[in-house]
Parts: sequence; structure tokens; C-alpha cells
Amino acid sequence: MTQNDVIIRLENVSKAFGDKQVLDNISLDIKKGEFVTLLGPSGCGKTTTLRLISGFTTPDSGTVYMDGKDISGIPPYKRPLNTVFQRYALFPHLDVYDNIAFGLKLAKVPEKEIEQRVRKVLKMVSMTDYEDRDVESLSGGQQQRVAIARALVNQPKVLLLDEPLSALDHKMRQDMQIELKEMHQKLGITFIYVTHDQEEALTLSDTIVVMNEGKIQQIGTPADIYNEPVNSFVADFIGESNILNGTMIEDRKVNFIGHDFECVDEGFGTNNPVDVVIRPEDIYIMNNTTSAQFTGKVTSCIFKGVHYEMLVDTDSGYELMIQDYNAFEPGSEVGMIIKPMDIQVMRKERLCNTVEGVMTDESHVEFLDGEFECGAKAGLEAGDEVTVQFGFDAVELWDHQEEGQIAGEVYSILYKGDHYHLTILTESRGFLYVDTQDIWDKGDLVGITVKPSEIKICRRNDN
Amino acid sequence: MTIKRSSWSIPYLIFLLIFVVLPLVLIAIYAFQDGEGGFTFANIARFFTDSDSLSTFALSLEVAIENTAICLLLGYPAAYILASKDLNRSAVTVILFILPMWINALMRTLATAELFNVFGVTLGKGTLLFGMAYDYLPFMIYPIYNTLNKMDKSFSEAAEDLGATPAQVFRKVTLPLSMPGVTSGIMMVFMPTVSTFAISEFLTNNKIKLFGTIIQENINSSMWNYGAALALIMLVIIGITTLFNDEDEAGKAEGGLI
Repeated sequence: MTQNDVIIRLENVSKAFGDKQVLDNISLDIKKGEFVTLLGPSGCGKTTTLRLISGFTTPDSGTVYMDGKDISGIPPYKRPLNTVFQRYALFPHLDVYDNIAFGLKLAKVPEKEIEQRVRKVLKMVSMTDYEDRDVESLSGGQQQRVAIARALVNQPKVLLLDEPLSALDHKMRQDMQIELKEMHQKLGITFIYVTHDQEEALTLSDTIVVMNEGKIQQIGTPADIYNEPVNSFVADFIGESNILNGTMIEDRKVNFIGHDFECVDEGFGTNNPVDVVIRPEDIYIMNNTTSAQFTGKVTSCIFKGVHYEMLVDTDSGYELMIQDYNAFEPGSEVGMIIKPMDIQVMRKERLCNTVEGVMTDESHVEFLDGEFECGAKAGLEAGDEVTVQFGFDAVELWDHQEEGQIAGEVYSILYKGDHYHLTILTESRGFLYVDTQDIWDKGDLVGITVKPSEIKICRRNDN
Repeated sequence: MTIKRSSWSIPYLIFLLIFVVLPLVLIAIYAFQDGEGGFTFANIARFFTDSDSLSTFALSLEVAIENTAICLLLGYPAAYILASKDLNRSAVTVILFILPMWINALMRTLATAELFNVFGVTLGKGTLLFGMAYDYLPFMIYPIYNTLNKMDKSFSEAAEDLGATPAQVFRKVTLPLSMPGVTSGIMMVFMPTVSTFAISEFLTNNKIKLFGTIIQENINSSMWNYGAALALIMLVIIGITTLFNDEDEAGKAEGGLI
């Protein structure tokens, strides 16, 4: 890729609102003519990224380039890009024609040309003959078309779309997706699209940028992202998946759900803990149990239209989701096979909780704004700055926030086949990771304690 | 025993009859009566032939228009600043602007008159307009502030995105979309100023007589029939302006707020 191909470049951009870090040092290149989707859960920073490009937000640090020029200080009205807003933002005091002509009139385009261009763009969004209509008399889908026309009529180099289809119903959304894709191909301009809907992202994009917690998790084509997620967040967010703890025994050999499997991944070392992703459609299920790699018992079977979705308890006590065109009745014994190609091995993002703390006396340590008992530690005294480590299962969660040393809320949940891996956002805005058998819901408020015997402490290096 | 829901409204109906409908009927009856109780148009005719009354009425309208204009010119920028998240981050400033409304208007006017007296300002039309603007400004600010505050920020962002400078955003989007607030602000200031009399009495020492003043004078000197006729005329005229405004507002609301 040459330098000239890049139309928008974000370089080490960070942004915080108050004490919340919304974007944490992200860098991103967007090529001319590309359909790029920023994908992530709400609060991941995708809309902020879009607003940095459109100019409604300025970065705290880092630079936004367009065509190689720094545009960080240029106000939105001088940027040659246009936005389709989430709730359309059509001017209610103007009719369809005047809404679309708004930008052209400001640019002092001759009246005749305005008329031609408005008609042309209306034709493109299949809204001919709607010029004189009041925008409020239009349906959601029609308003959406007018909003797209209003942006496109200015012939921007880049079209920004902020969750433009989120207010439409499912069927209409699918139709609009096809139309957007066609428009993109016809116009050849760059589309930057923000959505939290992974299906939409997979359908539309040339490139998907998966974001979470203000960081870019993965950039790739839809197929890359789906088939080779780089971490458990991406695997869980894009499509259905079985995410399991595993051990890389050696190159091309991985152990999970109590069995050894051949795989195609190399370079993870020997006997290293890893995350393993298996898509539900990649597990072959059959009545024959003798030639299977492992066996199990079907616990539920739901018809999903094209396929059946089954939950299977394996012989080693893990629960797997399997999709197959054939139904296997609940209660039946089944055999399963996973091909080496279909096993995606990922490095674990972390193996335990690591936080920074301060000793308050020789058997208590303070971190995340709470004081925890940690057993007597020789050689440490009050005021020592330390690094605290403890396993995912050392953390205990309680129903009532008062029951814990500190309080927090369940931020995200990942099912790992035989347990849940939770991310907890503490009141001091730090993250803790917890393995538990208990069922929690996202957003649950919890009290947090840590088993004293499992806390490991070492003095922090001065540098 | 169950009381029908519709019977809950009976006390309010009685209230309306006694305090709104009955006085209106009485005004109408008095306006068309001569001193002996006979039916006559003389009271109405007297207004339209009496140049004093007519010029007072014209002056009242003039003062009301001027006051409304002053309130609008001062009130719109104030409302805009209060509603802007960049310029005003605190709800306290909004309350401070509305605070004068907590104190009786008569007391405020008396206090203002006293201040003019202390500083030796000659009472006249200037002081009258000052007092009126002071009294009615909150009524202009509040509805405009409300409309601006509720306005979806994405409208102005969309305009800016399409190439409008901040000044153009205001002229082409913010201002037209805030018109419903402006209209109700104008109504709330204009209508009461036409009929006001206390402010002109205190702040001009009755040098300037407004329409409200002559109604009050007539009633006070027991000229009930003529006073009632004047009141009726004022009601009709205000009623007509309200009708105009209503149509105006309805027209805007159609293309107006989401």
C-alpha cells in the first residue's frame, strides 16, 4: 500500500471525557474508496473516532490526517466530508428539496445546477417526486434516504455514517444494507461506517475495525475477523462461538475440553495456556460414537430456520454449542469431530489479575480504592508500593455491594464451556477478571472480595 | 358509593362559571348599558369618537410593541447563552434569571421607582420602558430557553457538517427552529403590557397614561359602563392578535418540532 492510497490517517489518537478514557492511543489508516466499518459494543469509542474524523471532537493528543495534511484544527464546516447522522437530523423546517440543497446553497452553487444535482441524487436513493414533501411526513426509511442524499449531493470525498440503520426495522435494514453497498460501489468514494451490529459489519465492509474499551482489537477483512479472531473479545463479539481455555502442548497440538487435538497453529511455545475458538458450525456431530474424537449428550435442540442449534454436554463436562442441518434429539448420545483447520488458537490477553497497590501494614494491601487482607508478607511495611497479582478464581463476588471490600459492576461476560469469565468494572474504574460458576447478568452490581491466601505481592521496581 | 369520574370536574366548572364566565358576561352587559340600565351603543361609540381614548390606546400599543421588542432583543441572546452547554454549565444561572418572578411585580416596580427617585432620574417614557422590560424579560427568556434547550444538537451539527459557518448555523437552523419559543415569548410579554397600569402609574407618576390606566380610572370614578366598554374593546383586540399568533404558531408547528 502506498502513501497515496491513504485518505484518512489517525496517529496515536487519545481522547478522554472527564476521567473516562474513551480512546486510548489508537492509530488507523483508511484507504481511498474503502468501505470501513468501526464495530464494537456501546461505549467502545467508535462514535468518538467518527466524530474526530468529522471534526466535532478534537483529540487530546495525536493527529488526524486527511490526504496527508493535518486536519486536527480544522472545523467541521471546512472539511470535505459529510455525515449521515444516527437519527437523520433532517431539518424539520425545510422540505425534502431544501434539506438536500442545504449544503449546495451554502456553497453558492448556481440554482440550476442545484436543481439538477438534487434530482439526480433523489433518483439515486429512489425518492424521485418527493421534493416538496415535508420531512416529517416521511417514514423512517424514507427519512434515511433523504439524509443519505443530503450528504451525497455535496460529493464528499468521504462519507461518514453513524449507525444509520439502527432506527429501522430488520427487513428494512437488510434492504438498505444492499442499497448502501451498491451506492458505495457506484460512487467509489470512501465510506466510514459505525455500527454495533456485527452482522451488518460483515455484510457491508471491505475492512472491519473491531474496537473495545477505547482500543482497536483487530483490523481485517470480514473473513479474517470471523475466521481468525485475534482474541476472545473479537471471537465472542463477531458471530456465535465456543471459547474455551486450552493448553498449547507443542506446535500443531492443543489440548482443550480434556482432549488433545491437532491444529494448524504454531509459535505458541510448549505447554502454554491459550484461548481456543471453535465456531458452532465447525463441530461435526454424528450418531456414531466410535470414530469420534470425543462424545457427549445433547441437552437441547432448537430449530433456527436454516440449521438446528444444539447444546451438547461433552464426556469431560464442558458445554458446547453446535450448529448442524440435522437435528439430534435431546438425550441422544453423539460423537463429535473438529478438524485441525477449524481450531483457532489465540494468545491469552492475561493469565491473572495484576494491579498496583500500596501496603497499609504488613498483612494488608490497598488497591483499587479498597483495603484487602493478604496474610503476613515478610520484608514489606506500610507505605511500600507493590504490584499485586491474583488468579481469576481468587476473586469472589457477592450480591450486595456492602459485602465486599470494594464494589463494582459486571461489565462483560464470556462463557468458557464450563465456567463464566467475567470482566468487572470497579467503582474506581479499574478492571478485574473473575472465573466463576455462578450466573451473573451484565450490569449487576456486586461486592468484591479476594481470597487472602491467593494474593501474591512483590515490591514494585522504582522504575 | 362511587363518584363518577366526570363529576370530579364539577368544582372547577363552578370556579370557571363564577370567576371567568360571569365577569365576562357582566362586562358585556355593563358595556352596553347607559347609566339608567337601558340598552345603548353609546359607550362603544364614545371610545371611537374620543380622540383622548384613541391616542391612549395607540400609545399603549406602541409601548407594548417597544417593550416586546426590547425584551426580545435582550431575551433571545440571554436564552441562547443559558441553553448553550459551552457557555453555561450551571442550572443556577437559569434560576437567577427566573428568580425575579418569585417576587411580586408590584413590589419590584415600587422598588424600581424608589431607585429612580434616589438617583434623581426624571420619570417618563424611558423609565416606563425600563420597568416594563425588567418585569417582563423573564417571560420572554423562559419559553425561548426551553425551546433552545430541548432542540436536538444534531440539527446544528448536521448544518455545520454541510458547510455552514457558526453564524450560518444560527441563521438557517437554530433561529428558525426556535420560533415556537419566540412566538410564545412575544405573546406572554405583549398581551399583559397592553393592559398594564400599575407600572405606568409608579414609574411615570401617571404622566403617561396607558389603556389599562384609563380603564382603571373610569372604574375608580364609578363610570362602570364606559370602563366596561373599554375593557371589552381591549379584550376583543387582544383576542384578535392571539388568533393571528395561534395560526402563525400552528403553521410553524407543522414543520416545527419533532
